[in-house]
Amino acid sequence: MRNEAMVQPVPVPVAYGPLLATLVLALALVVLPFAAQALGQPSLVPLATRALIYAIAAASLNLALGYGGMVSFGHAAFFGIGGYVVGILYQSFTADELLFGLIPGTNQLLLTLAAAMLAAGFLALVIGALSLRTSGVQFIMITLAFAQMLFFLFVSLKAYGGDDGLIIRRRNILFGLDTRDDTVFYFVCLAAAAIMFWGIARIVGSRFGMVLAGIRQSERRMAAMGIAPYRYKLAAFVISGMGAGLAGALMANYLRFVSPDMLHWTKSGELMIMVILGGVGTLLGPLLGAAALVVLETVLTAWTEHWQLVLGPILLVVVLFTQGGLRALLRRLGGGR
Amino acid sequence: MLSVRNLQSAYGASQVLFDVALEIGEGEVVTLLGRNGMGKTTTVRSIMGLLAPKGGEVSFDGAPLQAATPETIARRGIGLVPEGRQVFPTLTVRENLVATAANRLRAGDPWTLERVYQLFPRLKERAEQMARTLSGGEQQMLAIGRALMTNPKLLILDEATEGLAPVIRAEIWSCIETLKARGQSILLIDKNLQVLKRIADRHFVLEKGRTVWSGTSAALADDAELVSRYVGV
Repeated sequence: MRNEAMVQPVPVPVAYGPLLATLVLALALVVLPFAAQALGQPSLVPLATRALIYAIAAASLNLALGYGGMVSFGHAAFFGIGGYVVGILYQSFTADELLFGLIPGTNQLLLTLAAAMLAAGFLALVIGALSLRTSGVQFIMITLAFAQMLFFLFVSLKAYGGDDGLIIRRRNILFGLDTRDDTVFYFVCLAAAAIMFWGIARIVGSRFGMVLAGIRQSERRMAAMGIAPYRYKLAAFVISGMGAGLAGALMANYLRFVSPDMLHWTKSGELMIMVILGGVGTLLGPLLGAAALVVLETVLTAWTEHWQLVLGPILLVVVLFTQGGLRALLRRLGGGR
Repeated sequence: MLSVRNLQSAYGASQVLFDVALEIGEGEVVTLLGRNGMGKTTTVRSIMGLLAPKGGEVSFDGAPLQAATPETIARRGIGLVPEGRQVFPTLTVRENLVATAANRLRAGDPWTLERVYQLFPRLKERAEQMARTLSGGEQQMLAIGRALMTNPKLLILDEATEGLAPVIRAEIWSCIETLKARGQSILLIDKNLQVLKRIADRHFVLEKGRTVWSGTSAALADDAELVSRYVGV
C-alpha cells in the first residue's frame, strides 16, 4: 500500500495564488496615493515612498543574504555610496565644475541612478572580491569593516560636508515630471521597485539563481559538479550592491540630503532586520519587512522616543513564532501551504 | 583514462590512504571494493580534489590532477555521484538537473533532460517536485541524472545502492548496465559482489588504505574466497 502511494505522482498545484497576491499587491500600491488623498492622509505618501525605497535595498540585500547565503553586514556602504553619487553629482552640477576634472555634474535622475548603480557595483566588486574569500562570521565582520571604513572616509571628507552631509537643493529631474510632487516621486520609486523586484524574480528563477541556491546549500557539492562558487557568489554580490546603490540614490533624492548616516553600520542592521522581519529568501518578504519597519518606526516614535525598546520584542516574536517572517505568516493565514 | 598511483591522503594528522592504485580505461566499468573505513570514499575525495592528497599521482587523460580545484577536476570530465546522494533539497527535480548541466567537452551525443527522463521515468513524473520530497531511491536517480547532465567522461558512483530497497537497487543496477552499454566509463564503489561481478570489468580491493588485490571479474571468481575475506560483511 505504502509503496503504491509513493509511486503515485503528487499533483503539483498550479501556482495561481502567488500570482494573484502579487497582482493585488501591485494594484494596492498603485491606488495607495489616491486613497491617501481621499482619506485626507497625504502624509502616507512620503511614508510609503520611504518604505518602497527601503524595500529595494532590502530586496537587494536579500539576494545576497537569503538566496546566496552571504550574510553581508555592510550593505549600508552600497546604500550610502548610491546616495553620495547623487549628492556629489548635484554639487558639481550647481557649481558647474568637472568632478575630478573629468565628469560633468548632472541633475538628471536617469543619469544619477545609473551612475549610483555603477559606483555601488564597482564598490561591491572590490569589497566582494576580498570578503568572499572568507565565509561565516569572518565574512560578516569583514563586510562590516569595509562599510565602517567608508563611513569614516565620508565623515572626514570636508569637501562633501563631512559629518553634516550634503544638501541637494532640488530633486533630480526626470523628463518633464514634477519630481518635487510627493505623488509623482512615489510613482517614480514604485516603478524602480517594480523593475527591481521583477529583475530579482528573473534572476532567482534562472539557472544562475538555481546554482546560487545550490551553492548556499553546499559549496563543496557545487564545486564537485564543476561550478566555481566564488564567481557566482561575487556576481550575486555585485548585483546586490547595485540594487542597494539604486535605493540609496532614490533615498538621497527623497530626503534631498545625504550624510554619513546612510553609511553607518546601524543602516546595515536595519536592512538586515527588514529582510528577517519580512522573510529571508522570499521574493516579497523584503517589501513586507521594509513596510513593517517603516510603519512601526513612525507609529512607535510618535508614542515614545525609546521606540527601539518596543521594536526589539516585536522582532523577537516575529522571528520566534512566524517561522519565516511576515511572508510565511501571510501565507499561513491565507490557508496556503 | 584515470590512473591513480601510490596515492596517500590524510585527514589532518591521521593518514587514511597509504598506497592506493587504480586504473580505469575508456569505456570500462571498474569497482573499488572494501569494508567500511578502508578508504574508498577518501580515495574518491582525493581524486575529486575535495581532499588534497599527501602524495602519489592522479592523472586523467594523461594530465595530472593533483593540486587542481574540485571544479577544474569536474570540468575535465569527472562526474561524481556522492555518497548519501546530496541533491539540492530546495530545488525542484528539473532545477537540480538543469542548474549544473553542461557539455564542456563537446560530447557528440550529449545528455538532455528528455534522455535523463527516459532513463529514469520517475524523475519526469516528479519534475516539478522539490528534491527533498523524493524517496531515497528517487534522490539517488536524481543524483545520477544530475551527474550525467554534465556529460562526464568518467562517472563515479559512491555507494549508489546503499540503504535502498532491493527493487530500487535492481533499477539502479539496470541503469548502470544501460550506461555501460552506451560506452560510459564508470567507477563503482559498492559492496554487492554478486552484482558487481556481473556488471564490472575489473576490480580493485582496498584494505586499510592500500590496494591489496586487483583483477578481472574472472580472476575475482577464482579468488572468491580471498576477496570475500577482504570485502566480507
